[in-house]
Amino acid sequence: MTDVTQAVVTVTANGRERTMSVSPRTTLLDALRWQLDLTGTKRCCAEGECGACTVLLNGLAVNSCLVLAVEADQATITTIEGLQEHGQLSRLQDAFLTEGAVQCGFCIPGMVMAAHALLAQNLAPSEADIREGLSGNLCRCGGYQRIVRAVQAACGGTADAG
Amino acid sequence: MAQSFGYARPKYLGEAFDILDSYGTDASPLAGGTDLIVGVRTGRIAPRILVDLKRITDLFPGICSTDGGVSIAAPTTLTDIIADDLIRRHFPALVQAAGTIGSVQIRNRATLTGNICNASPAADTAPALLAYGAEVVLVSREGSRPVRLEEFFLGPRRTSLRAGEIAAGVQIPIPVARTGSHFARLTRRRGVDLATISLCCAVGTQVTRFAFGAVGPKPFVLSDDSGVLANPDSEPAARLEVLRHFVGSAAPISDLRGSRLYRQAMLMTLSQRALTTAIAHRDRA
Repeated sequence: MTDVTQAVVTVTANGRERTMSVSPRTTLLDALRWQLDLTGTKRCCAEGECGACTVLLNGLAVNSCLVLAVEADQATITTIEGLQEHGQLSRLQDAFLTEGAVQCGFCIPGMVMAAHALLAQNLAPSEADIREGLSGNLCRCGGYQRIVRAVQAACGGTADAG
Repeated sequence: MAQSFGYARPKYLGEAFDILDSYGTDASPLAGGTDLIVGVRTGRIAPRILVDLKRITDLFPGICSTDGGVSIAAPTTLTDIIADDLIRRHFPALVQAAGTIGSVQIRNRATLTGNICNASPAADTAPALLAYGAEVVLVSREGSRPVRLEEFFLGPRRTSLRAGEIAAGVQIPIPVARTGSHFARLTRRRGVDLATISLCCAVGTQVTRFAFGAVGPKPFVLSDDSGVLANPDSEPAARLEVLRHFVGSAAPISDLRGSRLYRQAMLMTLSQRALTTAIAHRDRA
């Protein structure tokens, strides 16, 4: 690809091949939200500080506000909408509800995606591992304790993060 | 993003050079993009085209050992660097430094070479790379030239990269003598924050190198060849004098992260601790 001002980008988003036409300045975040209608991914700080826009790009957690859609051509992307299976919430999503980890909810899709990426690499994370794994995600409600507890619950750990 | 720009994803270096020739300084190479995209969005930089380096097939691959050193290709992410056995064995302070950058999400995208080319005075990997004596490899149509990192940084956001050149990666010599190293960084909070000060100490059997970040217009390195710092039995007063001279070379500013006086005081404290830790690492090895 050389010097384009409009590009056709193909991605596999949540298991489905999707094609979109984007300008080079379109971020992956905006393409997901406005072209693919995957609005679970949130736009907040738009500079990689808050993690609300976290998605998996080829299996790795990234801030989709800092990735251009053109860079993601041919990539596999998982968003919060891709975690459920057959209409059932994943165990991790379920744990966020059970533990009451959701307050206003705006940071939660990013939190869940960061936690999902962590658990994919570490089946039994310590509380310190969880806090480190989620350190790129801000919750402005300040609901961190229950968020950590939810991740512990999802991997069968004890819910004593308090 | 208000401003519009083009995007190119060359497959070969030759193609990338063609684009640089046509656009000159209006072209910005793109690796991880974690600084570049923020800069473009805020209007701090306004390239006419971004040249994505991540799919160039003839850049040297990932992380590999070279004659007496290790080379790290420009698109290699910090996550890959932190996980690499070769880097962990020879450059533990670089692993420490890379691990403090941003968050998991940032480290999965951000690159070491990008961190260096961004040339922030607070670039977290710079002190470790300077202390280990790293070079940046700049390639152009004319060939490649290694530039020592201390010569690569010219000032805040300014490097010695010339028009038509691409930073292809970084190479770091494997220390010959027994060496211990330690990275230290002061921030206002744990988690995502820029450094108030950062430093790295690499101590061999005779030579000790200290590199400082966020305490001047560019990161810089100082060397004690006398053996005073490297010898744990040397006079404490003599050691303190060398460290005072080092810390005195820093010219920190006062900003929202800390005052000039606070930075100077903390630089002394963290330097003393880093030296002790680095010596302990050296003697344990």
